[in-house]
Amino acid sequence: MKRLAVLSALLLFSSIAHAQDATSVANKRDVSTANTEDARMKALEAQVRSLAGEVALLRSELQELRETKSPEPSSGPQVLLASAHPEPGMLPASPAPTAAQVAQTQTFGGASGNAKLLNPDISLIGDFIGTAGHNNVSPEPSLEMHETELGLQAIIDPYARADAFISFGETGVNVEEAYVTFTSLPAGLLLKVGKKRADFGKVNTIHNHALPFIDRPLVTNNLVGGEDGIDDAGFFLSRFLPAPKNWFLEGSAEVLRGDSDDVFHASRRQDVSVVGHLRAYRDLSESTNLDLGVSYARGHNNNGSNFLTNLYSGDATLRWKPLRRAIYNSFLFRTELFWSARDQLSAAVPTLFQTQHAFGMYSSAEYRVNRRWTVGGRFDRSGHATDARLTDTGFSGILTYWPSEFSQIRGQYRFGHLATGPSDFSNANEILFQFLFVMGAHGAHPF
Amino acid sequence: MPRLLTKTRFTAIALSFALLFVLLFPVTGRADSKIRIMTATTDLASLAQEIGGDKVDVESVARGYQDPHFVDPKPSFLLKLSKAELLIVVGLELEIGWLPPLITQSSNPRIQVGAPGYLDASRFAKILEIPTGQVTRAEGDVHPLGNPHYWLDPDNGLRIAKGIQNKLSEMRPNDAAYFAQRYDAFEQRLKQSDQQWLAQMKPYVGRKVVTYHRSWPNFAEHFVLNVVGYVEPRPGIPPSPQHTVELIGLMKRDGVKIIIVEPYFDLKTPNSIARETGGQVVVLMPSVGGEKEITDYFKLFDYDIAKLKKAFDETH
Repeated sequence: MKRLAVLSALLLFSSIAHAQDATSVANKRDVSTANTEDARMKALEAQVRSLAGEVALLRSELQELRETKSPEPSSGPQVLLASAHPEPGMLPASPAPTAAQVAQTQTFGGASGNAKLLNPDISLIGDFIGTAGHNNVSPEPSLEMHETELGLQAIIDPYARADAFISFGETGVNVEEAYVTFTSLPAGLLLKVGKKRADFGKVNTIHNHALPFIDRPLVTNNLVGGEDGIDDAGFFLSRFLPAPKNWFLEGSAEVLRGDSDDVFHASRRQDVSVVGHLRAYRDLSESTNLDLGVSYARGHNNNGSNFLTNLYSGDATLRWKPLRRAIYNSFLFRTELFWSARDQLSAAVPTLFQTQHAFGMYSSAEYRVNRRWTVGGRFDRSGHATDARLTDTGFSGILTYWPSEFSQIRGQYRFGHLATGPSDFSNANEILFQFLFVMGAHGAHPF
Repeated sequence: MPRLLTKTRFTAIALSFALLFVLLFPVTGRADSKIRIMTATTDLASLAQEIGGDKVDVESVARGYQDPHFVDPKPSFLLKLSKAELLIVVGLELEIGWLPPLITQSSNPRIQVGAPGYLDASRFAKILEIPTGQVTRAEGDVHPLGNPHYWLDPDNGLRIAKGIQNKLSEMRPNDAAYFAQRYDAFEQRLKQSDQQWLAQMKPYVGRKVVTYHRSWPNFAEHFVLNVVGYVEPRPGIPPSPQHTVELIGLMKRDGVKIIIVEPYFDLKTPNSIARETGGQVVVLMPSVGGEKEITDYFKLFDYDIAKLKKAFDETH
């Protein structure tokens, strides 16, 4: 519709311009000599011809628009066109190419031209979670609309694209990610600016709805700040690195404000946090590949500017997916290890500065049995960042069903052996279930 | 405490410097004059090779026996994409599940959407099944811009080849005559082959067939086959018992004997339908490279038509 409006405005303008020219010619006719009149007539003729050509061109464009938009021709713009014709006799000069042009646009190409106009790709993912059973340490509500994530994605200009994911939770709205990606930088650099999940390991980068489990691993909650993990505003720079044959190496360096959930806290402006990530990938065969990574993150914690948290992580993923049966069978095994070194004051002696060294990990496996069913499992073990003497252990069994690509139903049995004191434990036995639904734009599948 | 802090700070600074140094290390690039082309699918690669001859290096992301809707965006493709000068895609949202992240992460300005090195082949082709009216996913995984399996019509192959020829000539004006000559030769060969294919398929004009997915409308239109049903109840939805029963009824009523299946679908349901109806399952290749002997665009039609012909003869 916008194009149509511009078109009619153009036509109107040109017809007015033409009319003005005509009257000025009439007024001056008696005073000017035959010679100048002749020249003026010629100029006018040329102008009329060019205008006629323009009208024909616009008309064909309009026709083309109408052709792709609706089967019935609308009468509104046509009336405007008719009134704007300067000299109908001059028109037949161009209809021949017009018809050909129309035929071509009618036959070739998809509907890509007008279907989306300039709207971003909009998607909405609903994530409904239910929990049953007992857990005394971190009880969750029985039923909750855990998250409704609105995704807006578009190409900004020839040099950048932008992605925004806004999640509406039970307690409020959170900009989960919103960043611009500069794709046309020199030297193969890729720069993202905005708020984004940092490239710290694997699970930290994955949105809730794309996880192979309903909850996040224990270690995410204990050492890496909870559900959102390291998710902060800053600069995210990455680049492919020279690598041995058949290997793919990528390095990322990220500078963030320093506020990420429970893990980093910036009390002063200079308390920025940094994240570095190195990824190595190799195709073992057409259907099998190995994905390795090491990450480092450093920031100030909520004890103040003099208290640092250093995080180290290593991840390994093995994937198998036979190309001929990619939609039926696949297997993925992943392990991530985390080390946390957190500065704090001793709980026992409040004047004593100490660094708590905690370790955590999870291993998960998932196997796609057929097009609709996937089974999976996860083992968790993690110390507490603030008290390394406390260690939680757990495991989960997961069953997922896909009615289609755009909805997902998942059940998870979760057992937790959760530490409440240095030698006190509380067992948690829970059944979780989840319904996911996707509206709108078809997003990319996570890899 | 201060000593410890200084130490960690030093480590952090050293680490960031090391990372920065590594980041600025240049990637070595090759310096030959061949145009490096990446294509989304093997059919486009074959067409690009036909036109580009020895002036191009072509590689496809997806394999011929792979479902082009579901391709893993593996990082190994990123390296190739980062060096490509031209990326040819099928378009119409066929690759929407995997190509956008590859293009972005390739950090190659030349092949970004809309850049001179990004070529959407669907622009040149005759597109069928463009939905009119409202599009919803109650229809399954519909392609709102039209059916993206358009390359299985030799006329479209020719149109795409023309588009590729224009693009290559634009990129290497000095070789324009070479590309034009290769296109002319390709056109001649394709038209000749097409006449043979049409002649081979002539006895079966108007025959009714069933296909698994909606991959064959352009093929069916060109060779005048009548696709009356699909094994999938809706595009992208796996077969359901109820729909299968209906399909069997339809096939029996209309005397349909041929079930065309793409190589990446499970044969269990098609086989049981074939048993019920006395029909035959024919695994046709939708893309070049689906079988080892299908090495180019011509052999793709040779293969599919030979298989189809055999199946028609055996079931009649």
